[in-house]
Amino acid sequence: MNKERLVLVGNGMAGMRTIEELLKLEPDLYEITVFGAEPHPNYNRILLSPVLSGEKTIDEIILNSRDWYAEHGITLHTGDPVEHIDRRKRLVRSRSGLEVPYDRLVLATGSNPFIIPVPGADLPGVLGYRDIADVEAMIETARGFKRAIVIGGGLLGLEAAYGLQQQGMEVTVVHLLDTLMERQLDKPAAALLKASLEQRGLTFLMEAQTAAIQGRDRVESVRFADGSEIATDLVVMAVGIRPNMALAQNAGIHCERGIVVDDTMLTYDARIYAIGECVQHRGHCYGLVAPLFEQAKVCANHLAKLGYGRYHGSVTSTKLKVTGIDLFSAGQYQGGDGCEEILFQDPGAGIYKKLVIRENRLAGAVLYGDTIDGAWFFQLMREGTDISEIREDLLFGQAHLGDSGHGGQTQAALMTDEMQVCDCNGVCKGEIVKAITSKGLFTLEDVKLHTKAAASCGSCTGLVEQILASTLGSDYSTPEAKPICTCTDYSHDQVRAAIREQHLTSLSDCFEKLDWRRPDGCHVCRPALNYYLISTWPAEAIDDSQSRFVNERVHANIQKDGTYSVIPRIFGGETSPAQLRAIAEAAEKYAVRSVKITGGQRIDLLGLTKEQLPHIWKDLTDAGFVSGHAYGKSMRTVKTCVGSQWCRFGVQDSTKMGIELEELTWGSWTPHKFKLAVSGCPRNCAEATIKDFGVVAIESGWELHIGGNGGVKVRATDVLCRVTTPEQVKEYCGAFMQLYREEARYLERTAPWVERVGLAYIKKRIVEDEIGRRAFYKRFLESQAQAQVDPWKERAAGAEAHEFTALKQVNG
Amino acid sequence: MTAVVDDMTWLEVGTLDEIPRQGARVLKREQGDIAVFRTAADEVFALLNRCPHRGGPLSEGILYGRNIVCPLHNWCLDLASGEAKGPDEGCAPAYATRVEAGRVFVCTEPN
Ligand SMILES: Cc1cc2nc3c(=O)[nH]c(=O)nc-3n(C[C@H](O)[C@H](O)[C@H](O)COP(=O)(O)OP(=O)(O)OC[C@H]3O[C@@H](n4cnc5c(N)ncnc54)[C@H](O)[C@@H]3O)c2cc1C
Ligand code: FES
Repeated sequence: MNKERLVLVGNGMAGMRTIEELLKLEPDLYEITVFGAEPHPNYNRILLSPVLSGEKTIDEIILNSRDWYAEHGITLHTGDPVEHIDRRKRLVRSRSGLEVPYDRLVLATGSNPFIIPVPGADLPGVLGYRDIADVEAMIETARGFKRAIVIGGGLLGLEAAYGLQQQGMEVTVVHLLDTLMERQLDKPAAALLKASLEQRGLTFLMEAQTAAIQGRDRVESVRFADGSEIATDLVVMAVGIRPNMALAQNAGIHCERGIVVDDTMLTYDARIYAIGECVQHRGHCYGLVAPLFEQAKVCANHLAKLGYGRYHGSVTSTKLKVTGIDLFSAGQYQGGDGCEEILFQDPGAGIYKKLVIRENRLAGAVLYGDTIDGAWFFQLMREGTDISEIREDLLFGQAHLGDSGHGGQTQAALMTDEMQVCDCNGVCKGEIVKAITSKGLFTLEDVKLHTKAAASCGSCTGLVEQILASTLGSDYSTPEAKPICTCTDYSHDQVRAAIREQHLTSLSDCFEKLDWRRPDGCHVCRPALNYYLISTWPAEAIDDSQSRFVNERVHANIQKDGTYSVIPRIFGGETSPAQLRAIAEAAEKYAVRSVKITGGQRIDLLGLTKEQLPHIWKDLTDAGFVSGHAYGKSMRTVKTCVGSQWCRFGVQDSTKMGIELEELTWGSWTPHKFKLAVSGCPRNCAEATIKDFGVVAIESGWELHIGGNGGVKVRATDVLCRVTTPEQVKEYCGAFMQLYREEARYLERTAPWVERVGLAYIKKRIVEDEIGRRAFYKRFLESQAQAQVDPWKERAAGAEAHEFTALKQVNG
Repeated sequence: MTAVVDDMTWLEVGTLDEIPRQGARVLKREQGDIAVFRTAADEVFALLNRCPHRGGPLSEGILYGRNIVCPLHNWCLDLASGEAKGPDEGCAPAYATRVEAGRVFVCTEPN
């Protein structure tokens, strides 16, 4: 079957949103071609301001990557605007000469910044504020120049001014009227805003009419109608936008202020839809994302041939995205005939709220400084709720309604399901809650992906997180149901439980009994399953070496050049001349390229080829060494300080304790790497408080620490308890490791695990439950009986030889 | 597709048994080592043993289905074509293979 051809002109927010909505409804109906004038894939225009101010990068605001287009079979032409529509032949022609026929055409050409037609407006250094190219030019100018003028004190102008200032420029904002953002704010709120922006270092020139831009090779100054002049290196015009409708007009499609469409987003040509800022609907042109996305939904509904979507126009609300300024405005904020106003002002706290009421309904709102109830007001407004009953309390927000007891709850919990959370993408609370519960979402990222809430301007991020938290209760941080990988829907915990309860002892058992989607799993699930199998059934399960990462399969650490490093175990970090001599000899014999002392008090021999490994292991094991397991998700090292044998501060023999702990625990496989340390006194020279299990000697015995981490995210340990004898230290250590081995998820370090399950839980299992502790310890010892076989010695004696020899060697 | 290949370029490299299932062995050559893979279904594939990303040894990766995952930074390559999957772009040269009576042959000219 030949697919119908859909062409989109304008690779921007509204157009691509329509395509996404369409794909959700009918992924295969059309062969889709997209033309974009800009050289970029679709990006989030709303977030240009954070890019300008340096808070985000361009890569971070890309909405649909080029791969996305490819994956969905969409042909994308960037940097190639459509210049002509031939409605009779039903094809479009682009600047580069491409001709693409269409069955349906969508125009989403957005708008152009309005450039005031004064002399000099075309000088280099005069910019609009619309796209990535403008932002790049501004950032570039800020590198070499100092002074900037922004003409226009509206939303866009203020964001530009703030961004340029963040880029280090001295910025003057020139505004024609006496009120900033007069289309969104009343005078008192605008005055508060102006004061706060002045405090941040912006300069304002109000009621000033630009007469000319002057300069020889580029802009040098701006002259105003009253004759005054200000010197500048850059002029940004942000005085409004004009729907970009030239293409449609030239094709004879009916346009007024914008391309005229009906309630189905259809133009006067029955094959051509138009949506976004280029459109005029029921006499209105919109310049914000939320209404455009409503249009996109309707347009997609018709493209998908469902035919029932209708667009009835939108009420819009505005938030200013200047970091640290809270501003919300919606509806008829100015009031007027037949309107009443309710006001709240606290200039000291920088708070101003105004509600405009008409015929017992909320008609508009301006909030400054405290915008927490913005979403609720906006909801009342759009639904036309009769507010006469709650009028007294309205201004104090939703938390004040009802009798009592609301105070402690979060705002999200108080919202009704119909209330809109994300104004950009028109997502209401009910949809988010449903997605969270039905699809098992746990993170902000998940919610963004599935519902698009918080995925555009991000100002509702906090709310979405609250909804996550209140929907999932205290379990928010527990990604319980997240599948291990795409091979299955089961989570780590579910798989592990199945392995235990159904007595599964091999990977093929798991794949079969748990309905794995790929017959032999993948690189994500196989190592995890292998770990769960050998840790649950140490005596029965066979360790599958092909399901282990190379380091654990080869028993050495692969380096970026494909060579390996070898670290022999040095128990407790205490060595001897004989050991050092053996290491030195091996290092020389195999021409080791670097010898490095590690952070765990070991010696690292780097740069060995795979073929050399069994040979050097033979020499090392002959000298009495065993594998250091520096390569595995396993017990790594026990670091010690000198302790009471030598140190004048030492209160216990930490070295001896460390050696005993290492003799107890070496060779054990754990969900992730596991490090220990023993310090001989509370000065803690062995840094025991950033280890997975740390022991600190005290006068009366030992203090045991758990859950520390010294890596990227440093976490100090929690104190588990104090004990008196070395035997107890070993028992607690073994029991703790066993609890970790049995209950933490694969690749979960102790630090996040302890945070997830809570210190109290671990104390309950290890400290308070003596019988339980003994049982853990016993299971640990049983497992160790299987695990403490030196892999190096086995391989030096010929095991797994295929691993260390070439299949064949050919010359030439 | 039946490519006409010079008999000279087919090289016997060993037996199927010598290659672990879901694993690989290496054919060492001066012009660059070739990794010879054996899948769970006993299919045999061969790729130049250099990941298109940063040259990681593909023979050391985890193999599943007809995919090999590079041990250095987890690029996933298609064993048959050597093409990188998903968002990554790149390709490791692939070599034709055949198995006859348990003996493995590799064509040492890339496809
Ligand atoms: C700096 C800035 C901040 C903003 N902040 C907010 C905000 O906080 N909240 C909010 O709701 N809105 C905000 N907006 C407005 C919002 O970005 C726009 O409403 C929205 O992007 C309009 O979508 P659109 O698809 O109609 O147009 P666009 O996103 O502009 O897309 C139109 C695309 O079509 C291309 N094009 C034009 N003609 C052709 C042609 N002939 N052939 C091919 N391609 C063509 C254009 O190059 C452009 O890429 C902001 C805008 C800017 C510039
Ligand atoms: S070298 Fe293979 S993924 Fe980087």
